[in-house]
Amino acid sequence: MSNTNRQIDSAMSPEDRPGRKPPFIHVAPSPHISDSRAGTRRMMVDVILGLSPAIAVSLYLFRFYALKQLIVCVAACLAAEYLFARMRGKYFTLKDCSAMVTGIILGLSMPGSAPWFVGALASVVGIGIGKIIFGGVGMNIFNPAMVGRAFVMIAFAQLMGAGAYENVTGLVDAVSGATPLSALKFNGVQTGIAPLFMGVTNGSVGEVSAIACILGGLYLIYRKTASWQIPASILITVALIAAITDIAGGYQGLFLLHHLFAGALMFGAFFIATDPVTSPLTAKGKMIFGVGTGCLIMVIRLFSGYPEGVMFAVLIMNAMTPLINRWTIPQPMGQREV
Amino acid sequence: MGLFKLKGFPGTGSFPHGIHPPDNKALSANMTVEVMATPRTVTLPLLQHLGVPCKQIVTSGETVSYGQMVGKGEAFVSASIHSPIAGKVKKNAMVTLPNGRRLEAITIQAEGEQTPSEKIWEEMKFTQWPRHGFSNYEPMDIVKKIQASGIVGLGGAAFPTHVKVMPNDTRAIDTLIVNGCECEPYLSCDYRLMIEAPGAIVTGALLTARAVSAREIVICVEDNKPEAIRRLQHAAKQTVVRVAVLKTKYPQGSEKQLVKAVIGLEIPLGGLPADAGVAVSNVQTVATVARSIIKGAPLTHRVISVSGRGICNPKNIFVPIGVSLAEVVDFCGGLRPDAVRIISGGPMMGFAFSDLSAPVTKGTSGLTVLTRDEVDKGAEETHCVRCGRCVDACPMNLVPTRLALAARYKNPELASQYHIRACVECGCCSYVCPAKLNLVQLIREGKVQVNAWERR
Repeated sequence: MSNTNRQIDSAMSPEDRPGRKPPFIHVAPSPHISDSRAGTRRMMVDVILGLSPAIAVSLYLFRFYALKQLIVCVAACLAAEYLFARMRGKYFTLKDCSAMVTGIILGLSMPGSAPWFVGALASVVGIGIGKIIFGGVGMNIFNPAMVGRAFVMIAFAQLMGAGAYENVTGLVDAVSGATPLSALKFNGVQTGIAPLFMGVTNGSVGEVSAIACILGGLYLIYRKTASWQIPASILITVALIAAITDIAGGYQGLFLLHHLFAGALMFGAFFIATDPVTSPLTAKGKMIFGVGTGCLIMVIRLFSGYPEGVMFAVLIMNAMTPLINRWTIPQPMGQREV
Repeated sequence: MGLFKLKGFPGTGSFPHGIHPPDNKALSANMTVEVMATPRTVTLPLLQHLGVPCKQIVTSGETVSYGQMVGKGEAFVSASIHSPIAGKVKKNAMVTLPNGRRLEAITIQAEGEQTPSEKIWEEMKFTQWPRHGFSNYEPMDIVKKIQASGIVGLGGAAFPTHVKVMPNDTRAIDTLIVNGCECEPYLSCDYRLMIEAPGAIVTGALLTARAVSAREIVICVEDNKPEAIRRLQHAAKQTVVRVAVLKTKYPQGSEKQLVKAVIGLEIPLGGLPADAGVAVSNVQTVATVARSIIKGAPLTHRVISVSGRGICNPKNIFVPIGVSLAEVVDFCGGLRPDAVRIISGGPMMGFAFSDLSAPVTKGTSGLTVLTRDEVDKGAEETHCVRCGRCVDACPMNLVPTRLALAARYKNPELASQYHIRACVECGCCSYVCPAKLNLVQLIREGKVQVNAWERR
C-alpha cells in the first residue's frame, strides 16, 4: 500500500483526524471550479451599489420625503417576502437581497408625497402577487416593483397621478411644480435641459437625475450585472422617435433632449428594464426587448393620457419576453452548414 | 470579431464566447519533466480509448518484454496495448477508472532487465529528429504503423489516431492542426513537451500530415505560452510547419473552437473535423507518432502533469502507462492536509475520483488536486435568475439555462428544440453561473432523457 493510499484511508476514518469532517476526499461532477466573483447575492448587491447615486440625489433633493418612501418600501418588501415565503414553507429567502432591491426601486419610483400605505401596499402586491406567487426569485414573469407600482397607480389615481407631484415641499423650488413631462404634455412648457440632466426637477424621488442613473447604470454594465443591449436599444429607440417628432415639430433638438432626460426613462432603461429575470436571455432577444420598450414608452408618452410610460412599457414587454425567447433560440455553432 | 484576423490564417485566432478562468499553470509550468522509475507492477485496462475494447493476447504466467503487444485492437475503432515494462503477466484485475468505468485489466509484474524510462525520454528530447525525406513513406504505411503502436489522442478524449488519419474518400484533408492549446487550467504537460521536445512534435506533425495528405500544417498555441511558441518556431524552421498564436481563452483547445479560430470554418453539428477538411491532433499525440515511425516504439509512456494546491510538489512527469495513480501522487510528495478533491484531468472537464489504485491510462493528461478553498463555490445555489451569462459564455452558442431547466423538468422535447446535442460539456456555463447551478450536469441528464425519448 502506498503512502498516499494510507493517507487517504486515514483521512477517511474520522477518529484519526479530530476536527475534520469526513469524507475527506469527495467527488462531484465537473467543472470543479467556478467563478467565485459571481453570485446571485453579489448581483443584487451590485444593483444596490448602482442605485446609490440615484438614492443620494433623491435624499439630497427630497430629504424626508425620499427617506420615507425608501424606508416604507424596503421594510414592506422585506416583510412581505418573509411572510409570503413562510407561507410557501421556505425560509431564508431574504439573504439574496432581491427583496431589498425591489423595495429600493419601488421607493425610488414613488412620488414623494404619497402616503405610507401606498408604498406599503405596492410592496406587498409587488412581492406577493408579482413574485412569490410565481415561485420567488427567478421565476416571476413581471418586474415585481412595476407590478406593485402599477397596482397603486390605478388604485390610488389621485395619490399617484400628476397631482401628487405638485404639493411636495422639497429643497429646490423647481420640485414643487408639475413634473417636466406633465408640464410639457398638458401645458406645453419645456423644462431646461441642464436641470433635467443634473436632476433638480420634480418627479418620482429617484428618477429625476439623468446623470445619477447613467453613472449607476454604467457601473452595472461594467459589472455585467445589467446587459448593455437593453439600455442602449431603449435609449436609441426613444431618441429616434423623439427625433422624428422633433424634426416634424421644428423644436430644434430640445424636444429630443427633453424626452431623453426627463421622466423615468434613464432610471427605467438602466434599472427596471434590465431586470434579468423578466428580460430575454440572448443578446438578440434583449435588443428586440429594448426596441419594443422604447417604442411603447414613446407611444404612451405621445398618444396616451399618461405623461410617462416607462412602467407600462416594461410590463407589456415583460409579457412578451417568453415569446421573444422562443423567437430567438440561437443557432448552435456548425448548425448552418449542415 | 470579424475585424480581427490571425496573420497568415483565414481565422481570427479566437472564437465567439468562452471564458477566462484563472489558469493556475504557474504551479507546475516551470517544473522540468521528471522521469518516474520503472514501477513494480503496471495495470493495463483493456479499454483505454474511445471505441471497442482490445483483446488480450497474453496469458497469466507468460513473460513479456518491454514494448510487447499484450492487447490487440481487432476492431477498426480500437487500439492495441503494449507493455511498458519487462515482466510476468499476473492474474487479471478489475479496476475502476476515474471516469467510473469498471474494466478488466492485464497486470504485469516487473521482472528481469528493464529499459529505463529515462532512456525513452532522452530519446524523445535529444534525437536529431529528421525534417525531410518523408516522401518515401507511403501514407497507408504510416497509418498502419500508428495502428500497430496503439496510438490514441493523448489530449484526453483518447480517440484512436489511426482512425483519424485514415485517408477518406469523401472529403480531402487540406490542413493538419496540431493542438498545443492546453486550455484547461492547471495542466502543463503539453506545455513542457513543447518546450522540451519540440523536435519530436514537428517531425510527428510532418509524418501525420503525410498520412492524411494535408498540405498545410499548423501548430496552435495560446498566447500565454510565449516560451513554447519560441521553441516550436525554432524547431519548425525550414519546414512547412507553421505556428499559429491564438488568444488565450477557454475552451480554445476544443476541436470545434480551434478549427473556427484557425481556419474560420465551423465543423457541422454531429460532424467530424474531416467534414471541414481538417484533421486535429494533440501535440503529444504527434510526438508519439514520430517516435513510433522513426524509432518503431509503441505508445507505452506519456507526460502527465500533477498540479493543484492540494499536492505537495506539483510536477510534470514522464510515466509508464499503467502505473497506479497512488504511486504518482507519492512521487509528488503526497497530498496536503487541505486537499479535498482529486481530479483526473483538469478542473473544467476532468473526473473527480477517490480510488487512487486506478492506473494512469493513455488518456490521463494529469492529476489536479484541489483544496477546500479552490472548490468552494463562494455562494449557495439559488434559482436561475435568467441573467443570460451562460448564454454569453457558451462557445457553442446555446442557451444552457434552458437546456438545464428542460432536463430538470424532464422535458426532452424542449431540450432538443434548444439543440441539446450540440453541447460539448466544456463547463463554461456552470463556471459563470451566479446561481451556482451545475448546468453541465443537468444537461448531461437531459441528453440521456432526449436519447430515451427519441428511441421511444
